Amino acid sequence: MYVAVKGGEQAIARSLELLAEARRGNTAVPELELAQIREQLRLGVARVMQEGSLYDEDLAALAIRQAAGDMLEAIFLLRAYRTTLPRFGYTLPLDTTAMRVRRRVSGTFKDIPGGQVLGPTYDYTQRLLEFDVAPVPHVAPAEAPLPSNMPRVLDLLDAEALIERIEPGNDPEPIDLTREPLTFPADRATRLQNLSRGDEGFLLGMAYSTQRGYAESHPFAGEIRMGEVDVSVCPEELGFVIEIGAIVLTECQMINQFHGGNGVPPQFTRGYGLTMGEGERKAMSMALVDRALRCDELAEPNYAPAQNQEFVLSHSDSVEASGFVQHLKLPHYVDFQAELSLLRTLAAQHAAPPPVKQGEAGRGSPALAPAQECATPPQLSPVAQGRESIEVQGT
Amino acid sequence: MDTSPHLARQQWMSLLAQADPAELALAMDAFAPPADMSWLRPAQTGLYMLRGRIGGTGPQFNFGEITVTRCSVQAGGQIGHAWVRGSNTRHAELAALADAMLQDAGRHASLRLQVIEPLRRSLDRRRDDASRKAAASKVEFFTVVRGE
Repeated sequence: MYVAVKGGEQAIARSLELLAEARRGNTAVPELELAQIREQLRLGVARVMQEGSLYDEDLAALAIRQAAGDMLEAIFLLRAYRTTLPRFGYTLPLDTTAMRVRRRVSGTFKDIPGGQVLGPTYDYTQRLLEFDVAPVPHVAPAEAPLPSNMPRVLDLLDAEALIERIEPGNDPEPIDLTREPLTFPADRATRLQNLSRGDEGFLLGMAYSTQRGYAESHPFAGEIRMGEVDVSVCPEELGFVIEIGAIVLTECQMINQFHGGNGVPPQFTRGYGLTMGEGERKAMSMALVDRALRCDELAEPNYAPAQNQEFVLSHSDSVEASGFVQHLKLPHYVDFQAELSLLRTLAAQHAAPPPVKQGEAGRGSPALAPAQECATPPQLSPVAQGRESIEVQGT
Repeated sequence: MDTSPHLARQQWMSLLAQADPAELALAMDAFAPPADMSWLRPAQTGLYMLRGRIGGTGPQFNFGEITVTRCSVQAGGQIGHAWVRGSNTRHAELAALADAMLQDAGRHASLRLQVIEPLRRSLDRRRDDASRKAAASKVEFFTVVRGE
């Protein structure tokens, strides 16, 4: 419990000024322009958009500058800002099959229709710091562009009926976690919305745990594709569908072993990951966690943390997590004084044990409960409180 | 694809939204807005929730939101609308104005020639360039023959 504490307005005002000064740094160095962040820190912008759950490069760049590069703070800023905007509606489902591909690789087949397209990736860099700024190379375009509808790698297995089919079915209206609370058990669409907003580090750790044996599911990166996808809406005023622009997405289709169960023959199953911008690590982590969370549906033993949807989905959000962890900085003076006085009492009793009456033995720890509810005014001196607590204890 | 009479309008509205805002502004410079122009709905930025599909082809899920700026204008007896991704109000205003003027039979041809076609060529060129640059990083496997 924490209580409202008055005072400190002046200190807070100075703290905000100090923050602004620290954020700006040395004023002899030119201030970062938003276009520089958007263009040159695009992967940071992508992460803030993805976990801030709002696709807008300019707002994400603004948030990164305001947060002095603290990504979680920038994500928080974007989440807070989105609550000030009206909701116009829902887009049509994004058609990632029609993605204008800029990178597309498969870890399962060497020769895939359309080919392995590496695109801009850190995968083949030496991870050596480059102290000399090299001139920007000019990439010579190939003779022919890539096919406009790059075939999906998983369709190759689908043709042989070796992988589960995934079809819209009756295409149910998915739950929207920005409108409805998360309840358990959560269906796959709800889980994917949660994972989309989820912290990359948390999901990476969870995904890693499945590879190390906690819910081992023998994954293969069936296909990872990144590129531009058109966004379409159907406004009521028009009554027909229009494109409103294009966005960059990264999609990961994970292929996982499945021994059969729930009346389903042995076949490969799918884990799915999708992120805004270039976010391959997040998309792969999301796909692995998505697959692990399908254990009940596929009648697999449910024992590992990554399979426990209440554990994963309740702790994936960095805004909630950092809020609760950091709230410990708020005044907990009353709570702490209560604990302190209780501990003093117990310590005093330990030093000189009073005669124990029948029936009072073993009361030690449950006594914590009433002490926590005891809202002692913080201005009481510890000595006075200690006495009071002893009196309370005695009655 | 919609085959209704809206097809042409659907295509130009999509193109105006996909266009580079600076190129659109430059192309529209040549056209003075009709004298009776009035904003029915001034440019307003809001959100659409992006929908994805599980596995790319399965049931829908809510993926995350996107900023969209919409705007409606009355000009020359026509009503023009725009929905444009992002928060660029000028982009939405110009797109709505172009939509109204494109519905005006007297102005349609010149707008198509001086705005729509150049924007389409520019967009196609940008996409073709990006695709061919990506294609330059396509892996060409070759097999090493051992022995002999």
